[in-house]
Parts: sequence; structure tokens; C-alpha cells
Amino acid sequence: MSAETLEKKPAEALLSKRRKKLVTDPLNDDNPVTVQVLGICSALAVTTQLKPTLVMAIAVIFVIVMSNFVISLMRNTIPGRVRIIVQLAVVATLVTLVNEVLKAFAYDMYKELSVFVGLIITNCIVMGRLEAFALGNKPYDSVLDGFGSALGYSWVILAVAFFRELLGSGSLFGLPIYDYISGIFGPDFHLATNGLMVSPVGAFMILGIIIWIQRTKTGYVEH
Amino acid sequence: MELFNLGIRSIFIDNMIFAYFLGMCSYLAVSKKVSTAMGLGAAVIFVLTVTVPTNWMLNEYVLKEGALSWISPGLAEIDLSFLRFIMFIAIIAAMVQLVEMIVEKFAPALYGALGIFLPLIAVNCAILGGSLFMAQRDYTLAEAAVYGFGSGVGWLLAIIALAAIREKLKYSNVPNGLKGLGITMLLTGLMGLAFMSFMGIDL
Repeated sequence: MSAETLEKKPAEALLSKRRKKLVTDPLNDDNPVTVQVLGICSALAVTTQLKPTLVMAIAVIFVIVMSNFVISLMRNTIPGRVRIIVQLAVVATLVTLVNEVLKAFAYDMYKELSVFVGLIITNCIVMGRLEAFALGNKPYDSVLDGFGSALGYSWVILAVAFFRELLGSGSLFGLPIYDYISGIFGPDFHLATNGLMVSPVGAFMILGIIIWIQRTKTGYVEH
Repeated sequence: MELFNLGIRSIFIDNMIFAYFLGMCSYLAVSKKVSTAMGLGAAVIFVLTVTVPTNWMLNEYVLKEGALSWISPGLAEIDLSFLRFIMFIAIIAAMVQLVEMIVEKFAPALYGALGIFLPLIAVNCAILGGSLFMAQRDYTLAEAAVYGFGSGVGWLLAIIALAAIREKLKYSNVPNGLKGLGITMLLTGLMGLAFMSFMGIDL
């Protein structure tokens, strides 16, 4: 930060306070999932295990940042009436790219995520950021904004996946945590997994509770 | 009979919302009033019923591996399935535009009530999800049509049920942090629990 302020020019610093806020706001106070109610569609289906969730989060970060960048570059040339189609085309191209890369280098993951990679296209956060921010701001700011929103989305789905995998399958990233614990305390000490956590119901419940805790901390009240 | 089973399954067992979490954004945002929820649900049924068979034809005759062989045998080796996402979403966007125009013309009141959410059907995960599942599961044309319709009905059921509960919920005292989205998620979870009982049906 100090290096930036030293070479301060008329131009805004690379990481000025305003720009930092673009990244940090969506993490908590303005979280896209828990506060703005966006992007829940594809978020919950992949969160039974941490590994696919991580891949999904990385894919979403890539798609949001890149689409924000591209749309922001084209913001002055896109006619207002057809902007939705243009945005969809850009996003769909990026998602196709992600899908092909997954298919080529991580086929198992591709099989596991199946249609949900494609559904990033309709992730409301992507379209929401394009509409609300990228269409009216410079490329660099848009990239930061997209990155912040994507991170805000990522930590929520990773948190959901953490609890779902731990309580539902007794493991984390495939490591059988419950077995280790039973190993330490002897075979009489048995931790039962909760099958409900693997089912959709568990996802709704955990997300509901995360939203409750997060909103109580930030003091946000919906009316 | 097979088709009937598929319809029942897509409405109750493989419910778009309770089993696959698809279309959650508008499901949560438009479920404050039963009448609006009904309108959006009807629009979703219509769009799904039209787009899934349309996309089936697109997939079968243009995109699938070897699909172009009906033009000339020389094209049999072409596999355009990587274009699936972009083509499906284009068809969906066009269909939604069509629905928007029809609704605006014939039901202006509904058009006003749906407002911003009508164009957003284009980015409703349930619509694209329906088409992608159809392509993944290799349905026939009739199956695709039944599946599209059934999924739409399942979505309508879910959103109307939630809207009805939320209308009553206005009179209850919910903790501050849970108001709105939080309690809705928990409610959806409980409804999902109820829908899980349909899994016992053997079709």
C-alpha cells in the first residue's frame, strides 16, 4: 500500500480505498448469497463434498472476473436493447471454455459436476454484476468488483460444503475424519453420520443457519 | 405409461427445486404473493414446455456427434456438442422474448406484476437446467416434452406452496436475522423434507 501512495499521480492508486471496498464489501456486508439472495441456484447442488465445491468456486471466480472484464471493455458499444443477449453470449462462451478445460484435464470432476458447470451461465451473480457494475464502470474496477463478489460467493458455498461433508459423510476433502476420531478413542466411540446433510434438505438448513448468523453479526434486517 | 411415469417423476420426485435447487433466485424473490407466484410459475411452465423440445431438436439434428449426417454423410464426423451451452441459451432467450411480447399484449396486468422477473426467466437456472438434463439423459422427443412440462409443473407447485406459507408468515414474529431469506431457506428445507416422502413411490 505504501509503495502505491509514494508514486501517487493524478490517476487513482492501484489499490485505493474505494477499490479495496469493491473487493471486501461483497465478502460480508454486501454478500451476494446471504444478503442479495443471488446465485443460490447452482450453489447448493454441488456442495455435498468440498472438492467439487472448490472446483465450482474457482470456475465461478474465473467466469465472473473475465465476463466483467470483457463486458466492461465493450460497455460503450453494446446497444441497450440487446445487452442481455450480448452478456449471455459472453458468459456462455466463457463457461464453454471452463467446461472444455475440465473435460480435458479433470474428467472425473467433469462427470461429477455434470450440468452444474453449464448452469454457471444462469448464475444470477454473474448477470447481476454485469448489469449492475460492469456496464457502467472501467475494466479494472469491474475486475475487482467481480473478484470480490465471486469470493463472497465462494466462501459461503465452501462453508456450506464443509458442514455438509463433515456431518453427512464424516470426511473433509475425502479424508475420513470420523474414522480418525474413532481410531483415537477406540472402536466403542462411534460417530454417526447424518444422511439428511447429504440430501438437499441439509443444504437448505445449513445455508439458512449461515444466513442467520451472518445477518445477526452484520445487523442486516430484511423487510 | 412410461411417459406418465416420467411426468410424475419430474413433478414430485426429481422436483426442480427440492432435488436440484434449480431456479432458486426467482423462487426466493417472487414468492411473496401467491398471485405473482402463480403468474411466474405459469410462465416457467410455458417456457420449459416450449424450450426443452426445441432444444431437443437442435441437439438431435445439429449439435450431437454425427447429427449433421442428415445433410450429407460427409458431415457425419462433426461433433458440435461443445456449442450446446451457447445454442441452448440463445433459444431460451429468444423464447422468453416471445413470451414477454405475448404476455404484454394479452395480459398487461400480469406483465406489470411480473415486471423485471419476466426477462429474468431467461437466466432462470430451471429453464437451462431442464434442457441440459434432457441432453444428458438422452430423452426422446416425446419424453423431452413431458419432462419439460412436468418440471415446470413441479416448479409451479413449489413456488405457490412457498408463497402461500410466506403470506401467512407475515403475521408471525421471526427473529431479526432470520427475516426474509433466512426463514425462507429453512422453510424450503422443511418443504423438501415433505417432498422426500415421494421418493418412496416406485415408478
